[in-house]
Formats: sequence, C-alpha cells, structure tokens
Amino acid sequence: MSEPLLSIQNLFVSVEDSAEGILNGASLSIGKGETHVLMGPNGAGKSTLAGAIMGNPAYQITGGTITFEGENLLEKSVSERARSGLFLSFQNPIEVPGISLSNFIRTALEMRTGKKIRAWAFKKEVKQVLDALQMDEEYAERDLNVGFSGGEKKKAEILQMLLLKPSLAILDETDSGLDVDAVRTVSKGIQEFQKDKDASLLIITHNAAILSALQVDQVHILVDGRIVAEGGPELIEEIEKEGFSHFEEAGVSASEEGKPNE
Amino acid sequence: MSEEKTIIEDISREFYDFRFEENAAYKVDSGLTEEIVRQISEEKNDPAWMRDFRLRCLGIFHRTAMPDWGPSIEGLNMDNIVTYVRPNTRRMQQSWDDVPSDIKDTFERLGIPQSERESLAGVGAQYDSELVYHNVREEVSRQGVIYTDIESALRGPYGDMIKDHFMKLVPPTDHKFAALHGAVWSGGSFVYVPKGASVEIPLQSYFRLNAPGAGQFEHTLIIVEEGAYLHFIEGCSAPKYNVANLHAGCVELFVGKNATLRYSTIENWSKNMYNLNTKRARVEEGGKIEWVSGSFGSHVSYLYPMSILCGAGARSEFTGVTFAGNGQNLDTGCKVVHQAPDTSSYVNTRSISKSGGISTFRSALVIDQKAAGSKASVSCQSLMLDDISRSDTIPAMDIRTAKADVGHEAKIGRISDDAVFYLMSRGLSEDDARALIVSGFAENVSKELPLEYAVEMNNLIRIEMKGAIG
Repeated sequence: MSEPLLSIQNLFVSVEDSAEGILNGASLSIGKGETHVLMGPNGAGKSTLAGAIMGNPAYQITGGTITFEGENLLEKSVSERARSGLFLSFQNPIEVPGISLSNFIRTALEMRTGKKIRAWAFKKEVKQVLDALQMDEEYAERDLNVGFSGGEKKKAEILQMLLLKPSLAILDETDSGLDVDAVRTVSKGIQEFQKDKDASLLIITHNAAILSALQVDQVHILVDGRIVAEGGPELIEEIEKEGFSHFEEAGVSASEEGKPNE
Repeated sequence: MSEEKTIIEDISREFYDFRFEENAAYKVDSGLTEEIVRQISEEKNDPAWMRDFRLRCLGIFHRTAMPDWGPSIEGLNMDNIVTYVRPNTRRMQQSWDDVPSDIKDTFERLGIPQSERESLAGVGAQYDSELVYHNVREEVSRQGVIYTDIESALRGPYGDMIKDHFMKLVPPTDHKFAALHGAVWSGGSFVYVPKGASVEIPLQSYFRLNAPGAGQFEHTLIIVEEGAYLHFIEGCSAPKYNVANLHAGCVELFVGKNATLRYSTIENWSKNMYNLNTKRARVEEGGKIEWVSGSFGSHVSYLYPMSILCGAGARSEFTGVTFAGNGQNLDTGCKVVHQAPDTSSYVNTRSISKSGGISTFRSALVIDQKAAGSKASVSCQSLMLDDISRSDTIPAMDIRTAKADVGHEAKIGRISDDAVFYLMSRGLSEDDARALIVSGFAENVSKELPLEYAVEMNNLIRIEMKGAIG
C-alpha cells in the first residue's frame, strides 16, 4: 500500500485565547483519488480541522502531525500549502475589490506555477468551466466576491477549485445555506472535479442532500474534537435516520476527562 | 562665488537612483532676491506686466509668514534652494529625435513615448524648469484646442487671455508659497478648449525634477469653455537627492457653463520633496470638475485641491488616495465652496499609512447662504498597515444655509487576518496578498484612471508594500 495523500495523526488544536482544545486527538487519512466526507454536530471542530490543514494562523497546533504527500505540512506557510496542491473552500469567502474573479484565479495560478498564463487561453478555459456549471460568463468578470450573494460566493469557490486543480480540495460546508439551484451547481462542480481520477476531496457537511449524487469512499464522524466513527457511505444513511446522538454520547464521555472547568 | 557650468561633460550611463549628472547650462544664485527675480524674468523674456507681477509677488512672499499648521517644513531652507534651473535645451523641440539624449533617456524610462503611442493626445514634458518636448496631435488642434507651454503662450495671441486669468484664482496673497510661485514660476502648460469642443483623448503632462536643491514652480492654466470636455493628466516622478527639494506649483482651472474637466494626477515625488502645491478650479453654471488624485511620494505634502462652485447646479467630484510610508507626512484632502443654488459635491478618499508614515485627511466644506438646495457628501477611509503608522481625519464644515443636504462618513481600519489567510490559501504570498488588498482599497482612484495609469499606480502600491519595514 502506498502512503496516503493526507495523513493526520492525533491532532490537537486550540485557539489563542482559550485553554480548551477544539481538536483533541483527531486522526484521519485520505488516499489519492478518494472522496471523503466529514460529518458531525455543530461545534464538533470540523471547520477547525479544515483550517488547521490549510494553516489558518488563528489555530494553534498543540500536538500531532499532518503530512501531505509525505511532507510535514505544519512547517509550511499557507501559500506553500496551496502551491503544493491543497485547496480550501471557505464558508465565508472574503470580498476583494479591484480584481476580477477571473484575474484573481489567473494570478493565483501564475503564483502556483511560476509561469505566465496567456489571457486568451485562460479565458477560454474559464468559459468552459462556467458552461459546465451553467453559470453566466459575466460572473467571472465581477470583482472577487464583491456584492456576491451567499450562493454566488460558494459557486465562485467551486469555480476556483475547478480552475486551480488542487490535488486535495477541502469543502467546508460549501452546500450550507444554499437554495436548491445553487446546491445543484455545487454538486455538479464537485462531480466535474471528480472526473480527474487523481483528485481527492474532503467534504464537510451537515447535509446528506449534496452527497446523494456523489461517489463517496469514506465517511468520518467528528464529535468533540475526535473522530468517533469511520465507515463507508452507509454511515451517511445512518446519520440521516438517527442523527449524531449515539455518537455524541460516546464522544462526550470520551472527551470529558481532562476538560477543565470553566 | 557664482557657479560656472561649461558645456556638457560626459554623461554617465550608470544611473543608480535613476538620475543624471546635473547638466544645467545656467543656474541662479541660491537664495531669493529681487535681482534673482529680475534675472528670471529677463531670461524668460517676460512681458512687462509679468515682470512687475513677479516683483509684487516677491514682496508678498517676504511679508508672509510660514504656515503655522500642518506637517513641519522646518527642513526647508529657502536660502539653500536654487529656484531656477534651466536645462540645456534652448528651445522647444519639434520632434522626439531632437531631444538631447540624457533627457530623452530619462523620459523614456518614464514611459512617455509609449504613452503617446497609446493614443494620448499630446506630451508636454517638463524637465527641470522648462518644457523640452511638446507635441499636440493634429486632430486636437483642428478642434481649435490650444495645448502649449505657458511661457510661449504668454507672448503669443493668447497672452491677453493668460493675463486675465493668471493667478486670479490662486492670488499670491493666498499663502507664502503661492507668493513664491508667483515670483519664480517657470514652465507649465496652457490649455484652452473652445466652446463645444470635446477632447476625446486625455492630454498629459509629465513633471520631473533633476537638479539637487532645485525647486519646481510650474504653472498650469486650463480654460474649458461652455459645453466643452477635457481630461488632463498630470504625472510626477523625481529622482532621489539628499538636499531638500521643493515643489510649489500652481494649477488654475476655469470650467465654463455646462463644461466638464477631469484633472487626474499621480504624484510620486522622491522621498525628500516638500510638495506644497496649490490647485484650484472655478466652476460655472451646470459645469463639473472631477479631481482624481493619487499621492504617493514626497517627504511632506500639503495638497488640497479646491473647487469653487459659483454657478447654479455646478458640481465637483474629488476622488483621492494617499499612501504614506516610512519618513512621509502627507497632509492631503480638498476644499469645496458652494456659492450657488443646487450645487453638489462628492468627496471620496482613501488614505494608507505604513512603516511609521503619517497620513492626514484634511478637508473644508463651505456652503454659503446663496447655495440653497445644495448637496455635499464627504467620505474618507483610512487603512493603517501596522502599529507604528498614523492616520488622522480633520474634516471642517461651514454650512450657512438650512437648505442643504450634507453627509459625512469616516472609517478607519486594518487588513484583516482572515482576508490575508483567504488569499494565501489560493497560493499568493503574504506580501502579494496584502498588496492586493491595498490595491483594492485604492480602487476608488485606480478605476477612474486610464488603464496604463491604473497599472502604474498598482505597481507603485506593490513597490511601497514590499519596501523595507520600519
């Protein structure tokens, strides 16, 4: 067996002004070309895990390791992680006036590859992806996320993912708060991404709807900062029916030891 | 002992800070006396009225106190400033080929010929104190538009028109440096756009200082007649010197009935420059002045373009960005005076400070009794890039009528860590992420500029952002 693409071992993460850990020994591995789903109740630490992988400076790693393609990810800056093939779709993408979505993606690509990209060829590529997502061409010419609705921002994240072609894309609740049409677009984008057999995904979601049309290899359940269950797509069905309650019971008892009183 | 200069010596091809050996044919003594002013006047072949005007201004200059507000200008010693330096080029050049090579190289590095190729209407480039290159496209002059250097215009058929307008909007009594300007002014542009003419392509002028201790006192006079349209672009860049440099130019803009004038400036003076420039526009009924202003350079700036809305329905728009880095104290803003009914003004500025730089937004809004039904809106936003920089906002308002609609908004902020993280997560370096955010912050100005100037401005921001910290 070859080494997994991403390997997280016993990860502990906290935020600066809190003694309490958000992740308390989380472990997870993703192989090349695989699609994984991370589920869990609110506050379980799902977004923290995504942020820690990408290197969000708001989170402090207090223990454990993350390796990506066999290299220690924790030693790398956020941009180095991006350039090595990681991508994170944000829950709240930032608005940046002064640069169009299309120019921004081109700039990011040039930074990643160190090569100039021809504007015309790139424009054609953008159009292809927009067509595949059934999105209007003008969309890419608007300033990055400026004045975008919640759904438009999420679609813009998917557009970035498809054009930047990361080897591992982490989608942090990209489907949440979207209307039916937007969920369909996001889902279509993910399927498009999966066409590359080497592309890997970690989909964080509350909602099984987005997953119904997708090929899923493995599901991880995160409760109170730990992975409490792992399994195949059948776990999604189980959660649909039963919720997280029986995982939570297990999780609470597991994490309450050593938890300081307020 | 007077300084003597002989003919051109060898020209250094190795320029480190992008300047050439001082190569002036003629230089007046340091310090400002009546004799010097007479000398300048004689050399310029001034009409008698202009010589007398210069001498009157000199008197006002000596009588007027230094400003007792704003950033310190103690480093400025008038006795050390050579007020007038004339380059070797004797006359106006007919074509680019006739421009001396050192001057030409300098301009080429500033991109002037390229700009011209990209369909800018004409180039009036000032090297030190005189225009050395001037070219107006035929299509512009065919419309009856006059675009020339102001010194030769003074002696030509437009001499009376200049006499009627010269320093009427900015009188020499305005402040000490306006008086100084009146006494020693040299070079600059004169533009006359006749009634109904619309100049489709922007006219541009490039100002530059190249001699140590030389002050630059160019005068820009623009008259846009009824219903006409003009966009004038003024760009500045100067090489770096150790001696304190002074820029006290003057810009007077006359906007006729229902006419529109857009006046754009990107200033990037060297970081030892004292930029004490005075700009003013008078706008008649239904006319409009649009100021677009980017201030990046200089050690100290006092810059407050003023709009006088004297006709009913006259409008003013001011869009500005100021970037103060290490060692810079930039005091910028604008003034608007509403003197007639239903006039409107809109001010939208951004200021950025970094590495200990001080950026102050100072504005004055006056709406007098006759200006019923007027509207004014002032919005200024500041971005401080670190803990050692400073940003101040000093908006003054004097409203003399109850029938006015006035709005004011000020915001101050920092770059959010989340925004930097977001951009870095796409592969941008931290520096590039910050530069992109700052460029976006300054977009109010860049989107108003022609593309090549917007690109230049974003390059300036990138350079400033990557500059040494602290």
